[in-house]
Amino acid sequence: MLSKSQIAQRIAQELQNGWYVNLGIGIPTLVANYIPEGIDVEFQSENGILGMGPFPVEGTEDADLINAGKQTITALPGAVFFDSATSFAMIRGQHVQLTVLGAMEVSQNGDIANWKIPGKMVKGMGGAMDLVASADNIIVAMMHTNRAGASKILKNCSLPLTGVGCVKKIVTNLAVLEVVKEGFKLIERAPGVSVEEIQQATEGDLIIEGDIPEMKL
Amino acid sequence: MNKKVANVEEACQGIESGMTLMLGGFGLCGIPENSISELVNLNVTGLTCISNNAGVDDFGLGLLLQKKQIKKMISSYVGENDEFERQMLSGELEVDLIPQGSLAERCRAGGAGIPAFYTPAGYGTEVAEGKEVREFNGKPHILESALTADFAIVKAWKGDTAGNLVFKGTARNFNPMMAMAGKITIAEVEELVEPGELNPNEIHTAGIFVQRIFQGKGYEKRIEQRTVRPKN
Repeated sequence: MLSKSQIAQRIAQELQNGWYVNLGIGIPTLVANYIPEGIDVEFQSENGILGMGPFPVEGTEDADLINAGKQTITALPGAVFFDSATSFAMIRGQHVQLTVLGAMEVSQNGDIANWKIPGKMVKGMGGAMDLVASADNIIVAMMHTNRAGASKILKNCSLPLTGVGCVKKIVTNLAVLEVVKEGFKLIERAPGVSVEEIQQATEGDLIIEGDIPEMKL
Repeated sequence: MNKKVANVEEACQGIESGMTLMLGGFGLCGIPENSISELVNLNVTGLTCISNNAGVDDFGLGLLLQKKQIKKMISSYVGENDEFERQMLSGELEVDLIPQGSLAERCRAGGAGIPAFYTPAGYGTEVAEGKEVREFNGKPHILESALTADFAIVKAWKGDTAGNLVFKGTARNFNPMMAMAGKITIAEVEELVEPGELNPNEIHTAGIFVQRIFQGKGYEKRIEQRTVRPKN
C-alpha cells in the first residue's frame, strides 16, 4: 500500500518534458518533490503564478507570494505573475498540459466529486470545476477507500459532482487505474497489494486483463 | 487626471446599505484591508459582496460577517471561516458559489461590456442548474452572465494619482478584473506616487478603470499558511 508521498511519486512518473502542470491541494502538491531527472516542467498555480518554486527559506516568506492553497511559496527564475482571468484562460484554453487533483469520489464514466458534502461540508469548488472541465489530461490522486473502508472508486458518484466524464487516470494507495468505456482498467498494483484486494476495494467495474504488474517507485 | 482622495473615509463616501461590492484578493492576499475596516466603521448592512473568498474569522471579510453586514456572498471558496459556515448553514447568509475561473471571467466581462459568455466549467453540476446549455465543437457549455458592482474595492502595491496600478506577486489575482467592473472603483495602494513615476510599460491596470485612489496605511498582510524550509 502506498503512502501519500508515494502516490505523488508515482504520479510524477507521468510528467513529460516541457509540460505546464497544475497541482491541486493535498497529495497533488507533493508531486513537485519527485520530478524525474532530466524532466523540465513548470508549475502553474491558479491564483496567478507560473514557475512556482519550493517553500521559502525561513524568514524570507512574503505575504504577497502564495499558492492556491494559501501557502507561502517562492518564484523560480523565469516565473511570471498574472491575474485570475489570465490564469483561467491558460486553464480553459488548454495551455496547461496536466492537472493533478484530489477527489472524494470518482465514477467509472469519469465523473469526479470533490467539493461538497451536503449538510456537512460546503467550502466551495474554487478552481476545480474550471480545471476538470477543460484539462485534456487529468490525473486524480486519492485514497482507494474512505476511513470506514468504503470504496471511493464507484459505479456512480453519490456526492455533488465537480465535473462529468473528465477523469482519465487515477492513482490511489492501492493501484493505478485508467477510465475506459467498460469501467476502471487496472494498470498497476501497489507493491504487496494483490489484484483481489484491489477488486474488493473497488465498487465500480474493474477490468483486469492479463498479469497486472507492480508499480516501480 | 487626479483621482487622489485624502483618506479611506473620503474614498468610501457613497457606500450605502444594500449595495453590491466587489472586493479584490485571494484568501488574505491582496485584500483592501483599509477599506474593509472602513466598511466596519460605516456599519453599512445588507451588502452583497463579490469576492473569491470570505476572509477568516477575525480578518478580511470575516470582520463584516461577524457584524452581520453581509446579506449575500458570491465566491468560489469559503473554507477557513467558521462564522461563515454557521451563517450559511443557518440560512442567515445567502451564498452563491461559482467556479473560480467563471467568477474571474464574469468580472472581466462586466468590465469589458460582454453581457454573458459560454464556458465548459460546471456543466453537469449544480452550478449549471437553470443555465442555458449549448454545444460548441461537440462539447457542452453553460451560459454565465457578467458581474458588475456599485463599488469595486481593490488593493495594489503602487499607484499614481491618475489611478494607474501596479500589483505585486500573487496579490494581483482578482484585483484587475474587479477594478474594471465597478461603477465606482476605489483603489488603495501601499505607495502612492505622482504621474510619471511609474513606468507606463509596467502598469497592470490603467487609470481609466479607477475613480478614487488613496495611500493606505498600517497593512497587516496576514499569512494564512506559513510554509517554510529551514535555513541552509
